[in-house]
Order: sequence, then structure tokens, then C-alpha cells
Amino acid sequence: MMTGMRAELIGVAGVVERNLYLTRRYIWWELAFFVWTVANTLTIVFIAKGIEASGGTIDVNRVTSSLLIGAVIWAYLGIIFEFLTETVAWERWEGTIEYTFMAPLRRAAHLTGMAAWAVLYGLVRAVLLFAVVALFFDLSMPRADYLTAIVVLLVASVSFAGIGMMTAVLPLISPEKGAQLGFVAQGLLLVVSGVYYPVDVLPTWMQWIAAASPATYALTGIRDAILDGVGLSSLAPELLVLLLIGAVSAPIGMLMFAAGERYAKRHGKLKRSG
Amino acid sequence: MPEPLHVLDPLASRSGTTLAVDVAGLRKVFRRKAPRGAPGPRRRLVAALDGVSFTMARGETVAILGQNGSGKSTLVRLLSTLLLPDGGSAYVFGHDVNRSPRAVRRLVNRVSVEASFFKKMSAVENLSYAARFYGMPPAATRGEIPRILGRVGFPANRRSEPMENLSRGMQQKVALARALLTAPVLLLLDEPTTGLDPRSKLEVQEFIKEIRREHDATILLCTHDLAEAEALADRVGIIDRGRLLRLEPADPLKAHYRAHTLEQAFFAATGRTFADDTEDELETELGAGVDSDPDDERGLFA
Repeated sequence: MMTGMRAELIGVAGVVERNLYLTRRYIWWELAFFVWTVANTLTIVFIAKGIEASGGTIDVNRVTSSLLIGAVIWAYLGIIFEFLTETVAWERWEGTIEYTFMAPLRRAAHLTGMAAWAVLYGLVRAVLLFAVVALFFDLSMPRADYLTAIVVLLVASVSFAGIGMMTAVLPLISPEKGAQLGFVAQGLLLVVSGVYYPVDVLPTWMQWIAAASPATYALTGIRDAILDGVGLSSLAPELLVLLLIGAVSAPIGMLMFAAGERYAKRHGKLKRSG
Repeated sequence: MPEPLHVLDPLASRSGTTLAVDVAGLRKVFRRKAPRGAPGPRRRLVAALDGVSFTMARGETVAILGQNGSGKSTLVRLLSTLLLPDGGSAYVFGHDVNRSPRAVRRLVNRVSVEASFFKKMSAVENLSYAARFYGMPPAATRGEIPRILGRVGFPANRRSEPMENLSRGMQQKVALARALLTAPVLLLLDEPTTGLDPRSKLEVQEFIKEIRREHDATILLCTHDLAEAEALADRVGIIDRGRLLRLEPADPLKAHYRAHTLEQAFFAATGRTFADDTEDELETELGAGVDSDPDDERGLFA
């Protein structure tokens, strides 16, 4: 039993190791992508100053900080979804997916490895993005509890990874359109989760979807922790909901992926084409 | 609960051994798009494998000869659990490929015509992560990867170069190393020398001979190359349009068709020569733009 578990853990580490190699090999792409993300985030965060400059009366420091948090979480979520969805698409393109799928590693371990790397990489990028963009503004966040914010993000990541696994199945079912459909799902989730605006400005039906989105609770918790210094114990309701969504979405994601894998093997969709 | 071992061969049962491969009535059907304007339904069912049956003893090397689209790669993919069968059964050392895929995966590895790797990563990096998927820790691969790369004749000074900088022959050596790294007892070689220059081809063939001599591996070799089949295999099979027509040692096979060469035997068995149109027959029949085609083998039948 221990041997089997050890082999699975080595496999999980193998997925992380592979992505580490790839990140190193594509380091210039990584840098270019990071610069693009910084620029993109700046265009959003400057909106607060723009409103003030055009005569609006807002708490610029608070709105700027709130937009920054939203943009960073958006970028983080994008990375989680992209890694999980594109790993299948990318592996099919390289032709390695057949070798990955004929290895004795359990699919749960494989997906856990993918999620672990996505979270690790996403977290590093999120912290760097937050720090670099914050340098452009004279932001004051005296009560910020960054540790609590990171704990909330990590707890939420289980749910994000679960939903990411659900979208990761799409390139298995539709090699040509699957990855793009994953982006659609990601966009729909984020638009209802209050990334740049409070959820209660949304139409009622969208608020219902927001209530089921883990990003809603993650954003609320992280903003409370950074802007108002709310501690972990006070964020227990948000954390509980996130844990609940994670406990449901992660197994469902794995089951959906397993079903997608069976479909792909039934219809011969694993093979690289083109 | 462990699945009971499946033994069909009465000889193997009596001797208390398990067959390495035991395939009975194996079927695989694909749906493919018909060409634009063609009469009939838009999609047709095409049998890639149509009731294939054969067995392999442990340590045996069997070569399967067939044209593009004949079903060779589908057979390899079914045995390596990359496809699910639509009928019949396939067992690898007593494990059902359909019901116990993980048990089969521990025993099998494969080298295909496309040496598929992460092209930006080096040979060592590709082998390292692949080994982890088989539960091999860094302590085990640190020494083993250079050793096995050395054995396949891969130059030590190129181990850290991205795969995209390597020739096809070099890449295929790394593919062989990847397969051997996990010590498979069943090695599935799907056109391992197709597209290689003569020297690389010879080196790969020599290495396959070495595996035969020095390892307890059973080898299923799917190939276009008649000389390769005759030189490497204990038995040679002819597969055509998804049906295994004959499987026996090369000499009896030639004798059966009253042929002097395997080429003549192949012609007698299939009614086609090697100079015939090499295009995948099924694709020619159904047109381009087919659905994901798991038997879209590359290279020419020559």
C-alpha cells in the first residue's frame, strides 16, 4: 500500500518537475507574458485614478486596492484554468499525451500534480504581480493581513482546480474546440464573481450563479483580509463555503475527466492530429 | 480485488505459465466522415480491427506486416490501453487490457513512429519526468538515465540539448531509451525505424536485437519493412483491412503462399504489391477530412 502511495506521490512530483523544466525552457515567453499581464493589470487599476480625475468622488486608495486585488485574482484564476485545460491540449499537440495516459499513474494523481503546479506557479505569479503593480501607486494598506489572504486563496484553489478539471476534459472530447470552450467557461465564471464590482450590481439570475462560484467567496475574503485586516476566524463562513465547494467540485472534476478519458479512448481522440 | 489471470492457451496452462499476449476476436470500429458529395450517410463505420486473434509466448518477438491503415497501430494502441475495444478480448500476461488497464500499463511500454516528446526539453528531462510516472524517484533515474542513453548510443554531450535540435534518428533512440527505462516485459514497437536514415535504422535494429538477447522482453513489432520483420521476428503476421490473415515463422509463411520472398507472400495474401498506392486505403475510400483517425500511420509502405 505504502509502495503504491509512494509511486503516486513520485508521479505527482513528476508532473511538477516537468512543468518546472518547461517554465525554465520557455523563460523568455514567461517574462513576456508577465510584462503583458502587468500592463493589462495597470490599465484596470488606473481606472480609479481616472474616475477621480474626471470629477468622480471615490476613495481612490480603496478602489485602486480593490481593483488590484480583483485583477490579481483574475490573473491567478486564469493561470489555474489555463494550465489545467492546456496541459491536455498541449500534450496532444506534442504527441506526449499517449505516453502520459499509458503510464500506470492514477489519473487522480496526474490531475493532482497538474493542479499542484498550477497553484504553485499561480501563487508566485500573483504575489509578483501584486507587488510590481502596487509599486506604480502610492497605496496604503496598513491593516492588510496578507497571510490570511493567501490562506483564503489556497483554500479557494481546491475549488478552482476542481472546476479547472471539469474544463480540462473539454480538449479530450473535442480536440479542436475544447480549449476554447474552457476559456468560455472561465470567462462566464469570472464575470459573475465580482472581480471589479460588487456582486449585488448584477442581475438577479447572475447573482444566483455568483452564489455558487468559489471566486465570489475568495474575492470577498481576500479583500476583507487585505483592505480591512479581517482575520481567519472572522472569515470562517467564507472558508467553510469554499471548503464545501472544493469537496464537491474536485471529485466531480476527476470523475468528469475520467469519463472524458474513456470517451477519448472509445473514439480514438488521444492521437495527435496535425 | 486482483483480477484472476486469464489463460487460454492449453499448453501454457499445462506448463503453468501465462501467455504474454492473448488476443481473441478483437474488434475496433471507428466512425469516419464521408467525403463531401458522396452518396450515403455522412459518417460511416469502419472496422480498423476485425476479429483479430493471436497469442504470443513470453520472450517471443512477433512482427506484424501491413500497409497504412491496415490496423497495426490500432492493435498496438489497444494493447497499450490507449483505445477501448468494441469486441473480443486482449490480455497481457493474464491482465485484461479493458478491465485492468493499470496492471497492463505496469508491464507495457511502446515506441511509435513519431518520437513524441516535449520538444523544448532535453532528452534527460523528458526521460526524468516520464520515469516518475512509473514511480521511479530521482535517486533511481540519476544514474539509470545516462546509463540507458549510453546503451542506445546517444552521445553524452547532447543529453542536455532540447529535443527539437536532435535528428529523427537521435530522437528515436531517446524513444527507445524511454521505453526501456521502465523495464517493460512487453515492448510494443510501432514502426520504430520508419523515416530513419539507413545508418540510424541499422542502429535501432541492432539495439532491438540486443534487447532480445539480453532481456526477458516480449516484443510486438509492427512494421512496413519486410527485411526488418524477417531479421528480427520469430513469427511474422500479415494484417490487411483489420484482419490478421496469417501468423507464422517467415519460412513456413512464404511456403504457405508458395513465395520466395515475404514481398511475394504479402502480395499473395493481400492481392496487392508494395508499389501499389500507399495511401491509407480507408482514407482514400472515404476521403480527406476524416474524424480523428487512430490508424493514420505515417511513412510509406516500402
